[in-house]
Amino acid sequence: MKAVCWEGTTKVEVKNVPDPKILNPRDAIIKITSTAICGSDLHLYDGYVPTMQKGDILGHEFMGEVVELGSAVKNVQIGDRVVVPFTISCGNCFFCNRDLWSLCDNSNPNAWIAEKIMGHSPSGLFGYSHMLGGYAGGQAEYARVPFADVGLFKIPDGLSDDQVLFLTDIFPTGYMAAENCDIKPGDTVAIWGCGPVGQFAIRSAYMLGADRVIAIDRVPERLQMAKEQGKAEVLNYEEVDVGEALKEMTGGRGPDACMDAVGMEAHGTGLEGFYDEAKQALRLETDRPTALRQVIVACRKGGTVSIPGVYGGFIDKMPMGAAMNKALTMKMGQTHVHRYLKPLLEHIQNGDIDPSFVITHSMKLEDAPKGYEIFKHKKDNCIKVVLKP
Amino acid sequence: MELTPQNKSNEQLPESIEAGDKERWASLIGGGAMVLMGLRQRSLRGVLMAVAGGGLLYQGAKKQSTLKQAQEAIGLNQPIKVEKTVTINKPAAELYSYWHDFAKLPTFMKHLESVTVIDSKKSHWVAKAPLDTNVEWDAEIIQERENELIAWASAEDADIENSGFVRFKPAPDNRGTEVKVVLEYNPPGGAIASAVAKLFGEEPEQQIGDDLRRFKQLMETGEIATTEGQSSGRE
Repeated sequence: MKAVCWEGTTKVEVKNVPDPKILNPRDAIIKITSTAICGSDLHLYDGYVPTMQKGDILGHEFMGEVVELGSAVKNVQIGDRVVVPFTISCGNCFFCNRDLWSLCDNSNPNAWIAEKIMGHSPSGLFGYSHMLGGYAGGQAEYARVPFADVGLFKIPDGLSDDQVLFLTDIFPTGYMAAENCDIKPGDTVAIWGCGPVGQFAIRSAYMLGADRVIAIDRVPERLQMAKEQGKAEVLNYEEVDVGEALKEMTGGRGPDACMDAVGMEAHGTGLEGFYDEAKQALRLETDRPTALRQVIVACRKGGTVSIPGVYGGFIDKMPMGAAMNKALTMKMGQTHVHRYLKPLLEHIQNGDIDPSFVITHSMKLEDAPKGYEIFKHKKDNCIKVVLKP
Repeated sequence: MELTPQNKSNEQLPESIEAGDKERWASLIGGGAMVLMGLRQRSLRGVLMAVAGGGLLYQGAKKQSTLKQAQEAIGLNQPIKVEKTVTINKPAAELYSYWHDFAKLPTFMKHLESVTVIDSKKSHWVAKAPLDTNVEWDAEIIQERENELIAWASAEDADIENSGFVRFKPAPDNRGTEVKVVLEYNPPGGAIASAVAKLFGEEPEQQIGDDLRRFKQLMETGEIATTEGQSSGRE
C-alpha cells in the first residue's frame, strides 16, 4: 500500500510499504477513505518531537471502511463505515472507566520512555512518535486499529466524510478545550490561535454558552474565517498589543477564560520571540511558550486557562507568579476523544455545525509532501488539508 | 523555613524507618528473630526461607520496617534486587490464579523461554540468554497464601541464584489490586556472568516494570499491546 512516511526533519515521502496485518485479537484493519494533516503533525514534520524514526507512517486523523477484524471484535462488521479516535484506548483500565481516554494505561507499548520523561505514560497515539506507542498512522491506504471494539465509531448513512472526519481529533479537541474554559453566562473567552482547533474552539465556546469570543492570530485568512464563519471578534497580534487590547475590550477585567490553541511552535515577536526561537533551535528548551505566557498574563483574576495546544517537554520563563497570585485554574490534556464522539455526532446531525467548513484543500494521498509544505507555511490560504487515498 | 542538611546517621534511626503501613508482606518478612536469622544469610532468599521455615510471623514489634534493613543488609553481599508495583483493575483472586500457574509466566515475561511445572512446589525455568543460549534453573515455591502472596527461590545448585515474591493487595475504593514484585538474584562469576547481566538487562528495574505492565495489559484487556510486525517505510 501507499503511505506517508516521515523521513527526517521537514521531509515526508509517499512510499510503498507492506499492508498492515492483524496483530492482536482486538485489532481491525481499515481501508482509509479520508485522512487529514493536523497542526500537531507539523511538530513531527519540524523535528521537535523526540523518538521519531525514519520510515514511520504519519497521520492520526483518519476514517474509512472496516475490511478485516480480529477474533475478539464482535460489535463492528466488515463493511462498516467508521471514524477512528486519534487516542488509542483499551476501555478496561482505571482511566478509560473514568472517561479519561487519552490517559489509557494499556495502549502504549513504549510506556517506559514516556514514564522516564513525564512520570507516567499517556495513551498511545496513532503516528505520533515511539514515545507515544510507535503506532503506524493513518495517512495511508490502510491502517491497523488496536482495541477496535472500543476505538471504532460507526457513522450513520447520509453524512459525508468531510462532515465527520474531524470527529477523530480537531472537533473534539476544540470542544474539550472550550469545555475546559468552564463557561458561565456572560463570559468572554479569548482564544490564541485560529488554526483548525482554534476554529472549532470558537464554535464550541458559543455552543457552550459564551457571550463573546475573541480570537487571536496573525494569518489573515484564519482571522477572516474566525470572524465571518465563527462570529468571533478578532485581534492580529502583529498589529496590536494583545494584552492591552483584551483589557480594553473587557472593561479592564480581562477575559474570563483564555485558551492556548497554539502550543509548542508559537511565533513570538521582538526580543522574547527571538529568545525562545534561539533556545529551541539549540535544544535548550523543547517548546516555545509565547502564547502560554500571554494567556496567563491576560486572563482575568480567578479565571480559567485552557490548553489544547500540544507541548512536548520543558519550557522556560513561565509566569507562575501571575498564575498563582491571580488564582487561575489551569486545565489541559490530550483529548478524551471517545467521550465526545456521540454528542458531537449529534450536533452534526442536528445541523448545529458542519465541520467541513474548515477544509481549504483536498488532495490525493500522493500529494502529501505538498500538503505539508503549504500547511506549514500557510501558503495558498491553507487552513486544513484533507488527503483522499 | 530553615532547611538543615540531612544528618545521614539519622536515616538509620528506627523512627525514620518506621513501617508506614500494615502491609502483609512487610509483616511477612518483618521483625523478630526469624528475620535476623534470615538476614545472617544476607539475602532475600534467606529471609523468605527463614520465615517460611519457621512460620513465626509477627508484625514488627518495634514497628520497624525490616525491609529497609534487609535491603541494607542485602546490599553488603551485592546481589541485584529490584522491586516494582503496579495497580491492576482486576480482583486479586483472578491475578493470583493466573500467576500461580507458572507455566503462563512467559506470556508476559519477555526473557523467559518456558517454565515447566513439576509438582505443586517445584518448577523448571528456562530463560533466553544472548547468542542463542539458555540459562536454566529449578525453583521451588517456599511460601504461598491464597490470593495474597507467592514466594519462590531457586534450588541450591542453580546457575543463577534467585528468589522473589509477588504480593497481591486490594487497592482502595475498588481500584483493583496492587501487585508488587520483589526479585533478587546473585550474578554469578565466570563466563556466565555477562550472559546473566544481559538477561536481566542493564536496568533490571525497568524490565520487571515492563513485565508487570504486560501482565496488567493481559489481565485488563486480554492482550498485550504491540507494534511488532506492523507496517513501516523501513522494510
